[in-house]
Amino acid sequence: MPQVTLSVNGKSHTVEVEGRTLLVELLREKLGLTGTHVGCDTSQCGACVVDVNGTSVKSCTMLAMQADGAKVTTIEGLAKPDGTLHPMQEMFREHHALQCGFCTPGMVMSAIDLVNSHPEGLTEEQIRHGLEGNLCRCTGYHNIVKAIAAAWPLMHGKKMAAE
Amino acid sequence: MYDFEYLKPKALAEAASILAGDGDAKALAGGMTFIPVLKQRLNKPSKVVDLAALGLSGIKVSGETVEIGAMTTHATVAASADVKRAIPALAKLAGNIGDEAVRHRGTIGGSLANNDPSACYPAAVLAMGATIVTNKRRIEADNYFQGMFATALEQGEVITSVVFPVPAKAAYMKFANPASRYAMVGVFVAKGPKGTRVAVTGAGQNGVFRHKAMEEALAKNWSADAVAGVKTPADGLNSDIHASAEYRAHLVGVMAKRAVAAAG
Repeated sequence: MPQVTLSVNGKSHTVEVEGRTLLVELLREKLGLTGTHVGCDTSQCGACVVDVNGTSVKSCTMLAMQADGAKVTTIEGLAKPDGTLHPMQEMFREHHALQCGFCTPGMVMSAIDLVNSHPEGLTEEQIRHGLEGNLCRCTGYHNIVKAIAAAWPLMHGKKMAAE
Repeated sequence: MYDFEYLKPKALAEAASILAGDGDAKALAGGMTFIPVLKQRLNKPSKVVDLAALGLSGIKVSGETVEIGAMTTHATVAASADVKRAIPALAKLAGNIGDEAVRHRGTIGGSLANNDPSACYPAAVLAMGATIVTNKRRIEADNYFQGMFATALEQGEVITSVVFPVPAKAAYMKFANPASRYAMVGVFVAKGPKGTRVAVTGAGQNGVFRHKAMEEALAKNWSADAVAGVKTPADGLNSDIHASAEYRAHLVGVMAKRAVAAAG
């Protein structure tokens, strides 16, 4: 059986997989990291988004073997060991950006990449465009957009230029 | 998904030789269409040959051309300052394919090898008269697209890059399916070294096609008004739950007008 070696949340793992094993299956079933969700399994809903080498990807649409040698961060890797939440998680809590919570891990992972990749600032329109691959059936998105806008200055350590 | 042998060769010649020697072996680029196809068991490859380690990504801009490596992601094209300067319409098109996470993995080579009838890139390639460069030859856009999911690529032939001649004017407008973001109708208009050309994606039963009547009208008079008078017959257009052929024919006109207006 082929083996894949990758870093997940800062810890190195070598795992036996099949050619067809998906990255999300490796994370959930082999490593027990069930915070990453499978919603649609057709690459549309974004509940499975994780960070691979610094960019957000849909882990249901990537083979585990494609992640050989990669650095992966999942929702479990965001909070500090003492339980302090990542600023994005904290803003999701403060702005009530979740209801049932199923889409939340993917939303948070996509949102962090969106904020990191826009150091110049983010407009509401850019946030909404950036979330097109993440579906939420509860919130109506407004509070998610607010949470991301509020997390931007916390993550970049300054006020948003556009505001 | 049926199981397969996963291979990640480090040289193009090796990848091409595996694909040439086994008709059931399939190339994997970004996987944004191919992996969903595998999940639906619509394909049963013996081997999946990952092209990620062949050094096929990157963007080179000279005065007259923009060359994009086959494994360059949509996100990279969308964010490229060079592409934005030389062919802004192409950067904008790439930035509206799928969604952010899909753009981080999906590639221009993968999109063109697959030739989905609703994909965006085929419209840009056909309208600008780009050249598809493979490990074997250079293929002009007019000879490359051969119907729905069909291309001029032969077994063992791998796209290495795409060369776009820089147009004087170009723009792309798509009416996106709100769920998949694929084009229900997308129209790319271009005026450049390869002439005045209009390519339509998402609408035709045989995939992307050139709209000759609109090209003639625009060659005489480059304006939104010029295409407004051109009728698009519904014959040969797609009809599905999202839109009838007649509706798509109407959208071709609307998207073409908007594209010409945007191109200036």
